[in-house]
Amino acid sequence: LNIRLLYFASLREALGDGGGALELPPAVRTVGELRAHLAARGDNWGRIAAGGNVRCAVNQQMVADGALLTEGAEVAFFPPVTGG
Amino acid sequence: MFSVTVQSEDFDPGVEIGRLQGTRSDIGAVASFVGLVRDSHEGRVVRTMTLEHYPGMTEKSLQAIVDEARARWPLLGARVIHRVGPLAVGSRIVLVVVASAHRGAAFAACEFIMDYLKTRAPFWKHEDTPEGGRWVDARETDDAAAARWQY
Repeated sequence: LNIRLLYFASLREALGDGGGALELPPAVRTVGELRAHLAARGDNWGRIAAGGNVRCAVNQQMVADGALLTEGAEVAFFPPVTGG
Repeated sequence: MFSVTVQSEDFDPGVEIGRLQGTRSDIGAVASFVGLVRDSHEGRVVRTMTLEHYPGMTEKSLQAIVDEARARWPLLGARVIHRVGPLAVGSRIVLVVVASAHRGAAFAACEFIMDYLKTRAPFWKHEDTPEGGRWVDARETDDAAAARWQY
């Protein structure tokens, strides 16, 4: 499964990464599994782990950790929003 | 007319209100809200505010919020404009204008749209202060304000 990752705001700065294409191992099929997969990179990537304060959107819709990832999905991680 | 726009340019609230009314004679009430960049936040001086957003999702989420307001109140028009990029103190950040036959729906929908925008639309504020830059933290009071509408 191939997805495209995006990171925003303070999370993007902390990771020093604006995102990009990623091929997922077969065991990673949900948002929760992707969180664990990315958090395993260590350091600030741990912020993405479930239970933290980082939100996820798949194809530009906010989703919960049980959401399934699909081929070509656009997956964004970001801190709680502060517009208005 | 129901429309949302994300833009770096400033807007004129009076012009937007006039456009929303147009030549219609069934509108009896227009409520509006303008959000501005304040000169301080949590005791710190703010020099500039920069708004980051998630292009694409931002517009979709604003449209979805307006659609939800239309499902709840008999609205005759709504206009949402949110600015992005660097904004000086005193600048307008956001405009919400709602038109309806009577004031009750206009007031309520205007507040609803702002409460949902603050907690659901993917914008992030970054403040430039004399002590350096910092990202603005989300406020629990904003979550509480949005939760009021879940009945």
